[in-house]
Amino acid sequence: MDSRVHAFLSVDKSSALDAARRWDARRADADALPPLAGLPVAIKDIICSQGLPTTCGSRILEGWRSPYDATVITRLREAGAIVIGKTNLDEFAMGSSTENSAFGPTRNPWDLARVPGGSSGGSAAAVSADMVPLALGTDTGGSVRLPAAFTGIVGLKPTYSRVSRYGLVAFASSLDQIGPLARTVADAALLLQVIAGRDPRDSTSADLPVPDYSASLPDGVKGMKIGIPREAIGAGLQREVNDAVLAAARVLEQAGASLIEVSLPTIEYAVPTYYILAPSEASANLARYDGVKYGLRVRTPDIHAMYARTRGEGFGTEVKRRIMLGTYALSAGFYEGFFLKAQQVRTLVRKDFTVAFGSVDLVLMPVAPTVAFKLGEKAHDPLQMYLTDIYTIPVNLAGLPGISVPCGSADGLPIGLQLIGKPFDEATVLRAAHTYEQSTEWHKARPQLT
Amino acid sequence: MSITPSIVNHVARLARLELSPEERERLVHELAAILDHLAKLNELSTTGVEPTSHVIPMTNVFRDDTVGRSLPREAVLEGAPERDGEFFKVPPIIETEPEP
Repeated sequence: MDSRVHAFLSVDKSSALDAARRWDARRADADALPPLAGLPVAIKDIICSQGLPTTCGSRILEGWRSPYDATVITRLREAGAIVIGKTNLDEFAMGSSTENSAFGPTRNPWDLARVPGGSSGGSAAAVSADMVPLALGTDTGGSVRLPAAFTGIVGLKPTYSRVSRYGLVAFASSLDQIGPLARTVADAALLLQVIAGRDPRDSTSADLPVPDYSASLPDGVKGMKIGIPREAIGAGLQREVNDAVLAAARVLEQAGASLIEVSLPTIEYAVPTYYILAPSEASANLARYDGVKYGLRVRTPDIHAMYARTRGEGFGTEVKRRIMLGTYALSAGFYEGFFLKAQQVRTLVRKDFTVAFGSVDLVLMPVAPTVAFKLGEKAHDPLQMYLTDIYTIPVNLAGLPGISVPCGSADGLPIGLQLIGKPFDEATVLRAAHTYEQSTEWHKARPQLT
Repeated sequence: MSITPSIVNHVARLARLELSPEERERLVHELAAILDHLAKLNELSTTGVEPTSHVIPMTNVFRDDTVGRSLPREAVLEGAPERDGEFFKVPPIIETEPEP
């Protein structure tokens, strides 16, 4: 099946089968099994794992093997999970369609002519097509939630710093966050439980207790206040998406929540803010790919030519574009007008959410303005591609937890509902998403790959 | 926003990126279009607004100064494009003087 979807870049079949046999042998002792015993988990190929390559979807790291496991991988292994393979992505997680992979695009299992969203498109497609029950992705501007929405599954971006980034190859360090992809909210909660929490190896990871996410799922939404931002509804949205999201809000209302109109006036400035901050951080983070310590080296007699030629040949079009954009924004004479300005607007975006959360427990809006688009449709217009993320990027800028849960369909393609919570309140996000999911049938629909 | 070929050349040099003539030509137009969109931020007044560099308030994360396990040297060097014993090997950085 994966020959048509192309969700995986590498699969560790023999060790996965060995591990599965070991867990099978222990099934008799069911009470002593760890939470993910024997479950195959697919890993976005930007998270370092021993035993399999870590390519970041880039020629510059083709064939490179990490000498260590990321903290999330260590935790998965301790929980009994089987790291079955590494999934396709936009190169260095830069993209919204998984078309920017140096190893070819991933296709949407619902319609092979369409993109699965990105950048965690391989992880989302693998879960959507029932190749694996669980996967990890990363979300810097929507890269877990968007592909979850486009492929009809659940994707959660935790609060910034909830999950350790140790061993996650850095794209934009102030925004990057690892998150679970799963078929149901309960499965996503289970996976988050395993990966969340303080890690001494990531000094930015939050030193806060991790609540029992699964335990509070059945508590319902009675008395919960859910805000709908007036700026996020109506104009600019595909009509079916607009209708599905508003219908989902009414389902939550019928389950006992109250709906309140809120305002996020600076939301329209989130995309330009992000496209200054993320490329700036990326231009610094990607300086390490210079042909010295790992990956590709283009041999030249002179070291400066080696740096430039290695990077010129190793990076793809979108990565180069963002390195150029970020380097420009940070260069002398432009720093204050671009980078500093964007950091200030980031404060305003955060403040909008803080004000909204003064009167509501959750914010509800679409994940994306449309359903999955066709391969090639936006590939030659970077700006149109960037605007795919207008509803997900504000959540990263504010560092909040956000989930995508299936809430409808248009022309046979899934639509995602986004629920956004207060910092470190993943429990409420998951509880409301679970309540919604269990009141509807959308999560039961599966693509018919023939 | 006006982006000239010389700006693209300058930024590419800062970023240590070798670009083909076609890539340079394309970037002149693409960067101009993207920067025009980004200039939308100038509609907002940000006088007196503190910049956000990090969303979680954090200062000086301390830990005990204890020796931990580090990666085995051999495992790290295995990924090197070129090595010399225990070292990463690179082309000459400084021209050596000829032997007398």
